[in-house]
Amino acid sequence: MTDLHTLTVAAARVALAAGTLSSYELTEALLARIQAVEPRVRAFITLTGEQALAEARAADATRRPDSGPLHGIPLAIKDVICTNGVRTTCGSAILETFVPPYDATVVSRLKAAGAISLGKLNCDEFAMGSSTETSAFHITRNPWDLERVPGGSSGGSAAAVAALMAPASLGTDTGGSIRQPAALCGVSGLKPTYGRVSRFGLVAYGSSLDQIGPFARTVEDLALLMQVIAGHDPRDGTSAPVPVADYCAALSGEVRGLRIGVPGEYFVEGMEPGVEQATREAIAVLRAQGAEVVELSLPHTRYALPAYYIIAPAEASANLARFDGVRYGPREPGESMWDEIELTRGRRFGPEVRRRIMLGTYALSAGYYDAYYKRAQQVRTLIKRDFDAAFAHVDVIAAPTSPTVAFKVGEKLDNPIAMYLSDVCTLPINLAGVPSLVVPCGFSQGLPVGLQLIGRPFDEATLLRVGDAYQRLTDWHTRYPAL
Amino acid sequence: MPLSPQEVLHVARLARLRLDPEELERMRSQLSAILDHIAMLQEVDVSGVPPTAQVTNLVTVLRPDEVTEELSREAALANAPDQRDGMFRVRAVFDE
Repeated sequence: MTDLHTLTVAAARVALAAGTLSSYELTEALLARIQAVEPRVRAFITLTGEQALAEARAADATRRPDSGPLHGIPLAIKDVICTNGVRTTCGSAILETFVPPYDATVVSRLKAAGAISLGKLNCDEFAMGSSTETSAFHITRNPWDLERVPGGSSGGSAAAVAALMAPASLGTDTGGSIRQPAALCGVSGLKPTYGRVSRFGLVAYGSSLDQIGPFARTVEDLALLMQVIAGHDPRDGTSAPVPVADYCAALSGEVRGLRIGVPGEYFVEGMEPGVEQATREAIAVLRAQGAEVVELSLPHTRYALPAYYIIAPAEASANLARFDGVRYGPREPGESMWDEIELTRGRRFGPEVRRRIMLGTYALSAGYYDAYYKRAQQVRTLIKRDFDAAFAHVDVIAAPTSPTVAFKVGEKLDNPIAMYLSDVCTLPINLAGVPSLVVPCGFSQGLPVGLQLIGRPFDEATLLRVGDAYQRLTDWHTRYPAL
Repeated sequence: MPLSPQEVLHVARLARLRLDPEELERMRSQLSAILDHIAMLQEVDVSGVPPTAQVTNLVTVLRPDEVTEELSREAALANAPDQRDGMFRVRAVFDE
């Protein structure tokens, strides 16, 4: 068998079960691919190749007919998710030495299903960013054009899958951090409903918004991963005790009779024409297949960005208070305890993280709480009501993911508002807590465009069904970058 | 409305962030620009609208308060930059 690194999770599963492929061969092929392209893409912060080969050998030795659904399949994990004994940095100098003493629930579930980890993936520092440029370690490049960013914050997770270094990966999404990089790198990505996937062991950024989800090259593979990671976890108080659907069984290929709403507000001013065109053509494909497409309005969309940039930094300023150089990470020497804490935080957090901590602290400080934080939470209610009203009439909402294709490295780094606007079509979804799937739907200027499909709370099954149906009708997801 | 240097310094102290004068000035201008953008929230009529803090509909999730042995003291201290007698060690907080 040639080009083993191009296998999807589903294809690898079949070959592994049939005995025509060993996990060792597959892992070796992916490590060879990593060796060939990683020096240019730089998707990883920590590679665990030798450990992966040892685990692959063990997986081959222990394979049985009833082995777990991901038995012997190599994946990679965003570096904000704790891995027992494997350094977890969050892309930050303040955690550059941190080795977690436990696994996140998603990691233990993947291990229990038999998956192997290839390593930890680069991201914006503490998942704050839209380009993976704020990582304290290095910049990750877009595999379609090495002069451009992969998006962010889960840029490493998207780039590793796009560059065929891993068949699938885990990322996190607080304001678009799975969906925007999936769109910009031409891969599939799912942000599940808030509460659908346990966050125990995820280093928190915006606790009322954060959600872990999978990246892969097909929606079928996303369904396979979701089946493993979704479900209630008693260790996460925000994890929902809602039954998990059979996601693979939901992939019927059928969209006839489905009502798809298209919100005019998401085709924002200044949107790249090629992005709008690819998005509208993708919706036309679903209509031609029997879906009913209706225009709709989500009137508070434009207020999602300002509401998000109060709520997320406010939560971040509280969550990141724990990084003080006392319990983990390096400590900067100083004159007194407070001196050391202020120096450690001032020097070891990067500029974007410092900016968001300052913004959040300001919004929560005495005299500003009602004007900023409370008002943002009230606007959040209005945004949630927009979605509730829309889902009374439609089953799925289809929209663009990012107003543009991947931008150039450095283009927006010193202009926070321009960078934040990159997530204008994804932020409202986190505020409402609903699930959202991105699938590749074409190209603009030779770079990938992603279609965003938004669903009712806990109805990931319908999103996966629509995304899979679209991939049965199109071949955008089978295009690989020339690396 | 631009922030004053004193306001930025005050917030940096609250956040326990040591910023040099150059960064304080850059932070002042960037935060002021972001706050100007955020000011558009003031045009929304929110009278009578309850705030949304979270979207799970879950309330007061409880679990039995039982001692477990999931994390040993040794493992919990393994990442500490400084430790003594099984505890995290910092510089003296009070004058001697």
